[in-house]
Amino acid sequence: MIGQVFHGLGTGAVYAALALALVLVHRFTGVVNFAQGELAMVSAYVAWQLVDAGLSYWLALPLTMAAAFAAGALAQRLVTRRAADAALIMTIGLYVLVHALADQIWTSALRAFPNPFPAGPLGVAGPLAVVGAVLALLYLVIRHSGAGLTLRAVAADPRAARLSGVRVGRVHALGWGLAAVAGAVSGVLVAPVVFLEPGMMGGALVAALAAAAAGGFADPVTAVAGGLLIGVAETLAGTYLWADLRVLVPLAVLLALPVVRGGGLARVRT
Amino acid sequence: MSAGVSTGHDPGTGHRRPAVGQYAGDRRRAWPYPRWSLGVAVAGAVSVPFLVPPYPLHQVTLVLVYVVALLGLDLVAGHGGLISLGHGAFFGVGAYAAAILLSSGVPYPVTLPVAGLVAYGLGHAFGRPAVRLSGVYLAVVTFAVAVAVPPLIRRLAPGGAMGLPVRTPAAPSLTGLADDQWVYLLVLAVAAAAFTLMRSVVRSSWGRALVALRGDAGAAEILGMRPAAIRAHAFACSALYAGLAGCLFTWTTGFVAAESFTVTLSITLLAGIVIGGLGTVSGAVIGAVVVTFLPAPGLVSGLALILVLAVAPSGVTGLARRAPAFLRKDRR
Repeated sequence: MIGQVFHGLGTGAVYAALALALVLVHRFTGVVNFAQGELAMVSAYVAWQLVDAGLSYWLALPLTMAAAFAAGALAQRLVTRRAADAALIMTIGLYVLVHALADQIWTSALRAFPNPFPAGPLGVAGPLAVVGAVLALLYLVIRHSGAGLTLRAVAADPRAARLSGVRVGRVHALGWGLAAVAGAVSGVLVAPVVFLEPGMMGGALVAALAAAAAGGFADPVTAVAGGLLIGVAETLAGTYLWADLRVLVPLAVLLALPVVRGGGLARVRT
Repeated sequence: MSAGVSTGHDPGTGHRRPAVGQYAGDRRRAWPYPRWSLGVAVAGAVSVPFLVPPYPLHQVTLVLVYVVALLGLDLVAGHGGLISLGHGAFFGVGAYAAAILLSSGVPYPVTLPVAGLVAYGLGHAFGRPAVRLSGVYLAVVTFAVAVAVPPLIRRLAPGGAMGLPVRTPAAPSLTGLADDQWVYLLVLAVAAAAFTLMRSVVRSSWGRALVALRGDAGAAEILGMRPAAIRAHAFACSALYAGLAGCLFTWTTGFVAAESFTVTLSITLLAGIVIGGLGTVSGAVIGAVVVTFLPAPGLVSGLALILVLAVAPSGVTGLARRAPAFLRKDRR
């Protein structure tokens, strides 16, 4: 039982990192990025390619983060300059395109990814520590840096920020880049567990969406906690009740949210 | 700001962009062309099974099936401005409801209303909580539904992962038609009825209320419209159409399997209606052709979706409408 909880926390750390990415993107640009999981998947492939080329794991990681940042900023150029529903459909188009590209480049063969953390229940501490570090780093950047201040200004009132000379487009790109880095963390974390393949983030995306929705797509701490809880709930439900129940956990969370949170969620910016 | 999904104006950057699709609830006539051309169109549609060899006929029938599904999706996405990523799941539920009934010996005409009602019920169950919140939330919930349904079908439905083969409707012997010709005519009749009904729904006061909510939910609510109720009903009706289309799919192909109704189908349907043109009937027809003939989501459809949104947010239909003015060079 305890072992299952730890295992669930490991899965939950992945969901939490991806949910964090979704919250960042939505909070700073008002878009729910359905392509976030696929960007994370590509990041994992990039990391694998670097390690495969002979780089050490801890050198490949920052390089991957940089690549993810660039990819996220590039994706923002495509998406955010549109009306809300067009932007959402655009992210779905990106999802399809990125998935198909990965399928073309890396084929659907399963690939093993090096796991830097020790196996067993204690290995869970690794992913959790990474997610905690990312959360803390983002908090520091957003709360205590000049760029973070600009980000928050744009999130609060884009027009006013623009009028006071902020380059809103660039700030949006920065937000998307930061989110892609958080997403890349989730991709690199999940890769050793599920093997690399283009469809590996499918389940994680739904769980992360549910976790992010629990925080109204605005509250990073709730999103991270939600991701961890969903990970544990999925593992427990899958082990002790019924294996197919796993897929129902995020859906159940999503359907329960309006009842539980009531008006709290209606204030979500679209 | 909280509920207006698409105002066509992005407050973030100050860029003006048209909203996706056109506004509906307009007063145009149901058939804006000369009356005789309606007769020609009907005669043409009815004569297809006698002119076309079996395999192309099967594909034309599938186009009609997807027309029904896309008409439904267009009600929420085009007119309501709400994005559903779960219509593949409702389609699949309708298809399985029909297949299970058919394989237990129920006559095929009964399966159509049952499939529709099952999907309608599910649409209410999922839509009612979801539409109370912002438009994004509906997309998220329906995405979760689309992901959850195929494993459940695989586990619970008869046939399991192997799928379920069923008998397709047989032509009554006195008509002297082949079975596939008969199925085509059945699907054509249902599609025509679905089309006419959707036309009047969209032009009804209720359909216009849905469009008004899309334009400015706050103003519409002050005028006495109930956003949650109207949107939930629209979503359920749209699911009903998807369920009917699923039933027609079973009639056409005679085989259902969970793999046909994954999230891929939901995305394909959404891509079809966006590429065809949101909020228009011809968009649903063009979209159905796209859904039938474009291979499953991949490079081509991903690129097509992004290009259409970037270049022509009103889809192929919108392009065609603007083409005459463009050629005459009196661009607005």
